[in-house]
Formats: sequence, structure tokens, C-alpha cells
Amino acid sequence: MQTSTTAQPTRLPRAIRGVNIYRWRRRGGVVLAYVTLLALCAVILLPLGWMFRAALTPDDVSVFTIPPEWFPTQYWYWDNFTRALSNPLQPFGLYMLNTLVIAVGNIVGTVFSCSLAAYAFARLRFRGSEILFNVLIITMLIPWQVLMIPQFLLFQRIGWYGTFWPLIVPSFTGNAFFIFLIRQYMRTFPRDLDEAARVDGAGYWRIFRSIVLPLSVPALTVAVVFTFLGQWNNLLGPLIYLNDNSQFTVAIGLANFVTTAGTQWNLLMAANLITMIPCIVIYFFAQKQLIGGIASVGLKG
Amino acid sequence: MARQEERAAYLFLLPWLFGLFAFLLGPIIASVLLSMTNWNLITTPRWVGLSNYHQMLFDDYEFWQAIRVTLKYIVLSVPLYLVAGLAVSLLLNLKLRGMNVFRTILYLPSVLSAVAVAVLWLTLLNPDLGAVNQILRSVGIANPPGWLNDPGWAVPSVVLMGLWGVGGGAIIYLAGLQNIGPHLYEAAAIDGAGAWKRFLHVTIPMLTPTLFFNLITGLIGAFQVFDVAYILGGPHGGTSDALLFYLLYLWNVGFSEGRFGYASALAWLLVILAAIVIVITFRTADRWVYYETDPTKG
Repeated sequence: MQTSTTAQPTRLPRAIRGVNIYRWRRRGGVVLAYVTLLALCAVILLPLGWMFRAALTPDDVSVFTIPPEWFPTQYWYWDNFTRALSNPLQPFGLYMLNTLVIAVGNIVGTVFSCSLAAYAFARLRFRGSEILFNVLIITMLIPWQVLMIPQFLLFQRIGWYGTFWPLIVPSFTGNAFFIFLIRQYMRTFPRDLDEAARVDGAGYWRIFRSIVLPLSVPALTVAVVFTFLGQWNNLLGPLIYLNDNSQFTVAIGLANFVTTAGTQWNLLMAANLITMIPCIVIYFFAQKQLIGGIASVGLKG
Repeated sequence: MARQEERAAYLFLLPWLFGLFAFLLGPIIASVLLSMTNWNLITTPRWVGLSNYHQMLFDDYEFWQAIRVTLKYIVLSVPLYLVAGLAVSLLLNLKLRGMNVFRTILYLPSVLSAVAVAVLWLTLLNPDLGAVNQILRSVGIANPPGWLNDPGWAVPSVVLMGLWGVGGGAIIYLAGLQNIGPHLYEAAAIDGAGAWKRFLHVTIPMLTPTLFFNLITGLIGAFQVFDVAYILGGPHGGTSDALLFYLLYLWNVGFSEGRFGYASALAWLLVILAAIVIVITFRTADRWVYYETDPTKG
């Protein structure tokens, strides 16, 4: 963090850091810290390794070994993954496709509606803007549990039960949290930006579309990543609205697999790993946005 | 020009305004009314006043079981996750080589699907064959707990499993830690405060807003456990209803049994219960949460 210590008295630089690395080092504190960190990482990674090993185990070998094996060494039945993906009773390939359709629908809906509303709140002056913004904040506090049943009855009545629509359409009407997040970001652009464009004769739509929206990509990325993860991992929504095996999502597929798998632990673990992979991939690509997004949310508290 | 701007603003807000009425305000009003009816979609709704609420409070064993399970989970998990998250974040805040790798790994579980994580731990916690009990046996614990099969251990198992994702909370603390001005540590060091005293009198007070945020979100989340309970205990709450979390019970009443009126009443009771706990927590805030001079926070 601080690199320049030249201007300070000679004794200070040692003591000023939050954690005094110099004294720690003398005491072997660094070694202790590394040992603890490595132990924690082992606790995270070994179960994942165990799962990977179990997923590669053939049908006639128990996935439970004594003592537990944490990494694949003996068996490499990659076939288990294709079997899990194309099992006619529980086609995880199809489940993934369904989940992807729902997730992409939600991403499009969220980006569309939230950026529109955020633009109005961040950069337009209109009567009632303060009241509406307060309403937006209050809606963040509305617990979705009470909405679950009336929304179900609504969608059931208009014939959307058993379709993806109830899982996608609401995202096109915005999400208070993401509107807030994007609005905060859009407020940081200088005001002259819009005014210069206005002078040049650009309409509000044009300003939004060609100036504000491109500048907001970092905030939109956070919304996209969170929406994807939220939808990919969503169990309750699909459980309520979907009733046909051909429409199921990975979360439901996995939940059903647990109760019906019997002793097919290897295929269950293969399906489980397949479910985790998109999240892991996204995590590594969008780590900065994800952690930055979460952290900024935390600091606003 | 101003009128034009106003018209544009409302056009931009149109999708959100539509959702506000169609998917939020409408359903909320419907939910209040529904909670005072008996309705299963087939028969016509029958107005019953407050008797749904009366029934759950005085004549519903499973409701009280769901309350017990949920409160037990909250009492065990919320303080544990707060302390563990803080401890991990302090570790991650050290300026050591390779720290980014450690941060990446420790945060990883919190992006994984709760369902998939629960499936993994279901196998690891298998009482006879699971890796956890094998390790326990190998270090001399002859009779390790039955974990999810043992009603007494079921909720603690869920709590311990959640520790696996504690890095998610730690990242928020970490941002809080890095926001503490170095001048504060500097001043404390000049006054002769050692590392422990600086932690106690600088780090902790400056971190209380973050602690408070994590406490509130932790409480809200703890009232809403569903996915993990559904996987670990099954749709109906597990052995002797030991994992009948409130939301799982609500889901069962509503979507398995089709008692939509009663389920709506259950939803409102959950909201009231959660609101009471959260309001009490907010009331305590001015006694222990320290906000620096910035009045916009909190």
C-alpha cells in the first residue's frame, strides 16, 4: 500500500503498518500465517479434489475409499461426464441448456431494465424523482417470501406455469439492487458530458445509448455476473414453476439426482462437478468485478 | 425542455414502474388478503380472518418445529460466521507473498451453487463411509457423530458446512480493513500501542460498520435457508424434521399441499419475526457501531 517512507523518521516505518510484519517475522509469525493459510486452502481444495476423484471412479468401484483419497490417481473414467450429461432419465446436458436460456434471459432483462431506470435516476431531472428513488430503496427491503405465493398464483392464472416465462419476464422490470448499483456508478460521470451532447442535438435516448451505457460497462458487468450466478444456482424458482423433466434446470436436476441416484455416487459427483464448472470459470474471469462489487456493497452498509 | 426531460425520465422508468405495480405492490396486497383465506386453487377462497395465524401459533406442531430449527440455526451460525469471517480476513490482510492466490481459493466456495456444495458435503458427511468421519476415526474418535442422520447433529452439521463458504464474508471484512486509514495505526503506534492494542482500539472500532453490515445480511440470510435444507434433509425436513427450516416448511405447505392461504400467513409471520430481530439489532447499533465523521454512511 504505502511504498514511500522516505519522509518519515527512522523508527516509524516499522510500526506504522496495521500488522507489524517485521516483529512477526522474527517470531516466526510468517511461518504460522502461511501454515494456517495453507491449511485453510487444503480444507477448500481437498473436498473438491475428492469430488473430482469420485467423478472419475468406474461403476464397479466404491467412491468411498478407506482412507479417503483426495485426488484421482488410479481411475480416469472421463466417460462418466458424458454419461452424466446424456443420461436419458436425467439429461444434465439439457438441464444446462435450460439453465443457460433462463440465465441469459435474465441477463438481458436485467441489463435492459436496470440501466434504463438507473439512467433516469442518475442523470435526469424530473418531478417525483426523490419519492420514486425512496420507493426503490424500500422495495429492496420487501421480503420475496411474501411475493412467492401471489406471484405464483398470478403466473399460474395467465397460463405461464410450466414455462420459463415466470423465471425470465420479471427481470425485464428491473431489480432494485442492481438499479441502485448502476445508478451510483452513472452518477460519477461529469455532468458536462450530457450537456455537450444536448448542445450537439442528441436526444436522451442517444445520450443513454451512445455515451452513458458504454461508460457503465464495469457496473453492468457486476450485474451480469451476479445475475448469472444467481440464476445458475437458483433452486426455489425453478422448483416452483417447472414441472417437466425436459424443462428442469441443473439445480433441480441435481436435487432430484440426490434422491434417485442410489449408489451411483460417481455419476452424481460428475454431475455436481459439471454444475460447478461454469461458476468456477466465471469466477476466474470476473474475479475482480465480483470481489470489487461485493466489497463496494459491503462498504455502503 | 424540462418537460421533455421529464417525459423521457418516465419513459426510461416505465419497465421498472410496471414491475413495481404488477410484481410487487399487487402481489403484496394479494398476499395480505390471501393470508386471511383458505384456498387451494380448486375450491373458491374462503374468508377466515385471522384464524390462519391463530392456528399456526396454537395448533401447528410443525410450525413450532420450523421456528425451533431456524432459531437454532441462527443462534449457532450467525456469531460463528461473524467471528470466523473476521479471523480469515485478518489473515488475508497480511502483506505476504502469494496472498492473491490464497484470497482466490478461499473465496471460491461462495460462488459455487449452494445445491452443488450441499451435495458434495452430503457425501463427505456420510456417517459410515464419509471422509469426515474417516478422518475422525483415524485420529481416535471411535464414535463420530451421525451428522445429518442424527437429529441432534443435523443443524450443527449445516452450520459447520457453511464454514466452508466463510471466505465470502471475509472478502467484505477485507474491504473494510483496507479502508482503515494508515494514519490511525500510525497515531496509535506513536502513542505506544502494541499490535494487540491497535487491533482492539483501532481495527475493531473502525470495522464495526462492516461487522454490522455482515450481521444484518447474515441474519436476513439465516431466516431464508432453503437450498441447503432441501438437499441435506430432503424436501420434507429430514430425520424427525430436524432440518425443517422455516422456508422449507412454507414451501411444503404452499406448493406441495396447495394450502396457499395458510402459506401466505406463514410468509407474513416469517417477515414479522425477521423484522423484529432486525429492528432490535438496529436499535443496538448506536451503542457499538462506530461511524467515522462521514454522515452519509449508515
